[in-house]
Formats: sequence, structure tokens, C-alpha cells
Amino acid sequence: MSLEIKPILVALRRHKAGTLLIALQIALTLAIVCNALFIIHQRLAIVSQPSGVDEADVFVIANRWADTAQSTTQVDAQVRADLLALRQLPAVRDATPSSGYPLQGGGWDNFVTMTPDQTKPTTDAAIYTGDTHFIDTLGLKLIAGRNFRSDDVMVMGTQQSITPPTVIVSKALADRLFPGGDALGKSFYAMGTTPSTIIGIVDTLHRQGVDQWSQAHAGQSLIWPLRADDSRGIFYIVRAKPGQLATAMREAPKALYAQSRMRLLDLKDSIQDYATIRHKVFDSDRGMVILMSVISIVLLAITAAGIVGLTSFWVGQRRKQIGVRRALGATRNDILGYFLTENFMISLAGVALGTVLALAFNLWMVTHFAMDHMSLAYIGVGVLVLLLLGQGAVLAPALRASRVSPIEATRTA
Amino acid sequence: MFGYYLDLALRSLKRSPGLTVLMVLAIGFGVAASMTTWSVFRAVSGDPIPWKSSKLFVPQLDIWGPETRKKGGYDHLPDALDYTDAVALMRDHRAKYQSAMYQISPSVVPADAAKHPVHVSGHAVYSEFFPMLDVPFLYGSGWTAQEDHERAHVVVISSKLNRKLFGGANSVGKTIDVEGKDYRVVGVANHWNPQPRFYDLVNSGGFHTDAEDLFMPFQTAIDMGLSNNGNTNCDAIPKEAGFVGLQHSSCVWIAYMAELDSAGAVRSYRDYLKNYMRQQQQSGRFAWPPKTELRDLPQWLSYQHVVPSDTKVSLLVALGLLIVCLVNTAGLLLAKFLRRSGEIGVRRALGAPRAAVYAQFLTEAGIVGLSGGVLGLLLTGLGVASVSWVLPKDIAALARLNVSLLLLTLLVAVVATLLAGLYPTYRASRVQPAWQLKSN
Repeated sequence: MSLEIKPILVALRRHKAGTLLIALQIALTLAIVCNALFIIHQRLAIVSQPSGVDEADVFVIANRWADTAQSTTQVDAQVRADLLALRQLPAVRDATPSSGYPLQGGGWDNFVTMTPDQTKPTTDAAIYTGDTHFIDTLGLKLIAGRNFRSDDVMVMGTQQSITPPTVIVSKALADRLFPGGDALGKSFYAMGTTPSTIIGIVDTLHRQGVDQWSQAHAGQSLIWPLRADDSRGIFYIVRAKPGQLATAMREAPKALYAQSRMRLLDLKDSIQDYATIRHKVFDSDRGMVILMSVISIVLLAITAAGIVGLTSFWVGQRRKQIGVRRALGATRNDILGYFLTENFMISLAGVALGTVLALAFNLWMVTHFAMDHMSLAYIGVGVLVLLLLGQGAVLAPALRASRVSPIEATRTA
Repeated sequence: MFGYYLDLALRSLKRSPGLTVLMVLAIGFGVAASMTTWSVFRAVSGDPIPWKSSKLFVPQLDIWGPETRKKGGYDHLPDALDYTDAVALMRDHRAKYQSAMYQISPSVVPADAAKHPVHVSGHAVYSEFFPMLDVPFLYGSGWTAQEDHERAHVVVISSKLNRKLFGGANSVGKTIDVEGKDYRVVGVANHWNPQPRFYDLVNSGGFHTDAEDLFMPFQTAIDMGLSNNGNTNCDAIPKEAGFVGLQHSSCVWIAYMAELDSAGAVRSYRDYLKNYMRQQQQSGRFAWPPKTELRDLPQWLSYQHVVPSDTKVSLLVALGLLIVCLVNTAGLLLAKFLRRSGEIGVRRALGAPRAAVYAQFLTEAGIVGLSGGVLGLLLTGLGVASVSWVLPKDIAALARLNVSLLLLTLLVAVVATLLAGLYPTYRASRVQPAWQLKSN
């Protein structure tokens, strides 16, 4: 099958407008699909971030007190009683009080400095509070040092701020603060006047937030040994025994109400398992994945259909010429090759323009929407997809053309 | 004549049904994608109070100083006020209307002892909040400045809470139990749930499906120790614990809005803010030069990035899809029209002017556009109905089908297709009759 570039170019010059429109359509499709693919891939990476939590078994109770005028001592007594009740449930493995939980969607974070008078903070850490059960409840992996002991745990009242002398940090935070890998036993400041000494390091512990701002501090979190006895409310994080999540989620509120009825557990997000939490926090990211996928598929389908339509028209228009070529000795494959090559050349022009457009579109989004720079791999994939799509779309009309009988040469119209 | 063109167009479309269906599909999908994303964009970027948004202003004061900004790596002033300044600004009372406000979430105990206490969300505000924001009332009204001053136990409740507690009857004068204390209902707001929740963007982030249940006087809420349920941002950790400690701290947690009716009023309010900060500086509260900002509501909405960037990107990508669909349609119409060069030649030779060729082919494009628009309508309906699993709930709930969106869908489809048909029609009108007749 010989390439007949020159006659194709001559023929295309007679269909300038149509050729340009197809090339333009391919270019625009490439520009949009590349960027959509990039967004999809980026968002999929975000949606599948590990939280560090044993998500299959853990759920979170947002417990709000009906009486917000209680003293810290009263609240603390209630919290201790609640935890005891939760941990005694047959379906429950462990439970911890907390000020927040990973993938909550936003919460408490502090700047971290190495000295108390440092003006520019070293980094930012998400703050979790919990007792000796925090690590086991979330299913975190302690990779160095020790867990909290009960004499480490302090009580923190409503809107009070306490800096405990001991802290457990995530590996990401330890590595950020002490790149030498010798974080254990070292101390730092987290917006307090007294330091906290690292007594343990856990592997992965995601921050509460997933917003763009916190990506710069991804995975940097710390746990302070505190019972946050806020008179407004507290989170109880509960880990069910394997396979008993549903039972534990049903029993937990009953056990808490049995302790005291002066609480509110009836809001729609009062008790959530991790599937729900993950679903909710990545709502808009998943939405973008779906939307961009739908748009990309529609775009590719329309472009393919457009190529089929226009090529069919060209084939119809040139039946007589094809007949003449066939009569003069061109094989079916020659005709097939002609149309495939023609499409390939148009597509090539299209993807060349499209590459420029795709990069321009990406650059524009980088400046306006704080999007990242797109790697050229996406364009590579996009170009390949569109070239294949073009060849695939042109195949049917080209096959039809190759079946034109030489006898057509003798017909008049 | 139009009837004739219509007839010609229908015949032509029937002659190549595949191509026709393809064009209609392309237009339909393109229009539906852009209209669906447009409906979302329109919903989130709308002006929540168009009749007076240019008169509502949000002040910002530089109480943390340039050093803290450098430390935090940002260059904007705090988004909210601390307690000291909020109360001082209220006391000076330099605007026509103004209100400091903070988010509360108290529990309300129903009179019927058998029922559980319910949690409500609301704001502690000053009396001028209601006339300033034109809050509509079903029963009663807001409270008075006198009641602000006396720290009266009064509340304005939503029509929804009124239904829950009083079965929807006029409850003005009745009492409700909030956090164990009795409050007299002075007004019932009538379905008031502006989107975005412009008066307190810092806490709402913009959009909320649920309306607010309860408003009470600011100083009453402070008195009763109803602590802030919204965001608190601090440059330093408060020295004292608890809600009182928060009031004495430099943490910001109070939203503020003022109504200024003329350019003169805005100018003098700016001067007042500068002077206020200068006095604070002179009294030794801080050392840096006074800095303030005063933005009107539209500026404030854009400054706070109320329209999510995902919404903008979606709209752009969908518009891109529409453009591709139009290029596609232009190509197909071109092919279709030029295929009929012979027919055009005959018509022209028989005396039809170019204008007649234009009319004929634009009619055909118009029919394609209209059919695409009708398909687009169906798909837009489908799209708007399913945005809830593509977008966060608070925002998806705002996207609605209405007559104007439907008309716009049809209009966009027809106009866009006519535009796409312009060049092909132009080419068709340039067909040389003599050449066509000869070659056939």
C-alpha cells in the first residue's frame, strides 16, 4: 500500500473548508479531552488517598450535649462514663474521645515552630486529641516510640487551649520537622509557649481537611493526649470488631442514651461510618470525575460521528473518480489506504494544533484556578486516542469506497 | 415563501436521515451540557440581594499586623472581627444600619415534655439586621434597638421552626425554651434562606441547604454564654479559657455588615474606620500603621471566592463541548448543502436570487437547531435532575429548571446552529449555476 500524499493534498485543497472543520474539531477535542483526563486523573488520586484509619470497622459519633452550661468536671465525668460504656459493648473493639477525625472536611490545625520565638512557622499540623485508646481505635500503625500512658492524658475544657508535654506525630510530620529521621525524643512548639516532646510516631494519619490549601501539608498531623471536654460536644471514634460494624453502630447510641438522655444524637450526620465520611468529603472531586468523563465520552463520540459523516459524504461525491481509479488498475487496498491516509493527515494537522490549544488551556487554568501543570503524557495519550479514533471512524466509509465497482466510471452522474 | 422553504428543508433532511440525526444529537448534547453547567453556575453566582447589594458593606480591620501576615504567608486582612472591635463599631453606629453577628447552635426544648430537645442553627444579631437585609416576616417583626440595649430575651424564629414548635400558628408573644431559658417570640421569618448566605460567608463558606432557625439579640447571646459555633481564627492562643476568654482575645469570629446608601456615606465610613484604627494605634494597642478595607457585597462575594472554581471549570469545559458540536454541525451542513449544488444551480438558473438560497438553507439549519434544542431540553432536564450526584448537595440543590432556562436552551440551540450554518449557506449561495448545469 503506497502512500499517496501528493494526490491527497491536491484533493484536500478542493475541500478546504471541510478539511479545516474536521481538523479544528479534532484540535478542540484534543485540547478539552487532555485537560479533562488530567483533571480526572488528579481527582482520582485525591479520592483514593489513604486515611491511615481502619475504614472498614471505624465509625464516628458526633455527640452534642443538650445542656451547654455544664462545667468541665461534669462533662469529663460523663465522657469517661460514655467511653466505658462504649468499650464494654460486645461488638466494639475500642473507642476514643476526639476533637476531630481524619477526612472530617476541616478542623483544628496549628502552626508548628522549632523555637517559641520563631517568626515564620516551619510547617502546619492537623491537631487530633485523644486518650490512650486513640491509636488502637483508629487502627494506626505505631512505627516508633510508645503509645500514651494514662498519666500523659490531660483534660481540656471548653475553648481552652492546653499544650501537653508529650505528643505522637505522623511520619509525614516527623520527617518534615526532622529530616534526619531522628525525631523521636525531640520537641517542637505548636502555637504554645511550652514545647511538646515526640514520644511516638505513627505511619499514615490523614489530616481532617482535604482542601487545596492543606495539600501542601498533606499527612502532617499530631495527636495530643487530651480529653477535649467541650461543653458543646465531643466526637467519639469507635472501632467495631471485624464484621460487626452495623451492630456496633446500632448499639452505640443506645448505650450512650442509657448513660444520659441529655445529649443529641439525632442529626443526620451524628453517626457516620467511614464509607459515608469518605463519600461526603470527596463529593466535589468525585463529581468532577463523573462530569469530565461524561463530557469526554460525548466529545469523542461526536467527533468520531462527525468524521464518519463527512468522509461518507466525500466518498459519495467521489464515487466516479474512485471508479475511474479502479478501472485504471487501483486495488481495493489502494482505495482503502487512500482514505485512511487522508484522514491520518487531517488528524495529524488537528492534533498538532490541538497540542498547542491543550497546553494553552492548561496554562490558563494554572493561572486562574491554581491548577497544576499538565504533564505531556496526557497529551501523548490524547493524541494517540484521537488518531486511533480517526482511523476507526474513517474505516467504514473507506471500506465502502473500496467496494466501489470500476463500472461506476462509465456512469454519468 | 417560508412554507415552501420549510417543505424543502424537511425533504432534504429526510433524504439523509443519518446525517440529520447526527446533527440533532450533536446540538442536543452540546446545548444540554452547557445549559446544565450554566444552571449551576447561575445558581451559585447570582446576587442574593440584587436590590441593595451595592449598598451593603463588609469592613475588615488590620488587628494582627503585617508581621502575622508574613508569618502565615498571606497578605489579606482578617475576614472577621474580634469582639472588642465588633462591639466598638456597633457602639459608634456610623452607618444607616449595621449588625455584628455570630453563629450559634443552641438547643430548643419543646413545651411538650415527651419530645426530645432539638438542635437549631442560627445567628446572634443586632435589631438592625432585619431592616438592613429586608428579612420578610410571616408574623410580627424583628426586635427593637431598645431590646438590643436591654439584652431582652426575645427571638425571631424561622417559619420551619414555627411549624415544628407551634404547628404553624401565629406564635408572636409565645415563649420558647432556649438552653433552659425562656425567650419571647417577636417575629417569624417567612422562608428566608438567601443563597449564598452572604451575611456570614466566613462561617457558611457560601451555601447551605437548611435555612436558619433562630435569631436572637447579640448581647443577650453573649450574656447567656451561648458560645460561637462558627469558625474562630487566632493569631495567638487566647490567654483565658472559655467563651469569655475568646471575647477578650484577638481571635476573629464575628461577621459584620453595614448599609451605606450614598457615595458620601461610604467615603465617610472609610474615614471613620481609618480614624478608629488610628485611635487604637495611638492608644498603644498595636504599633503598625492603621489599615482597613471596606468592600461592597458583590466585591466581597468575589473576594471570598463564593463561586467554586470547579463550577467555573465545568462551565468552561461544557462550553468547549458546545463549540466542538457547532464545528461538527458546520462541517456536516457544509457537506449536506454542497451535495445539492446541482439543485441550487437549477434554482439559481430559473431566477432565484441569492437571498432565496440563503433563506432556504438557513431554514434548514434552523430546523436542525430547533430539533437539537428540543432534544437539548430533555437532556438538560435530565442533567439538572442528576447534578446531585455530580455536585455537593448544598450547591446541587440550587440548580433548578425554570422557564427562563428552558427558553434559553432553545434559543442557544437555534442561534448556535444558525451561526454554524452561516458559512455553509454562504458557500451554497456562491454556487455557479452555469457550471453546475454544464457539468451535469
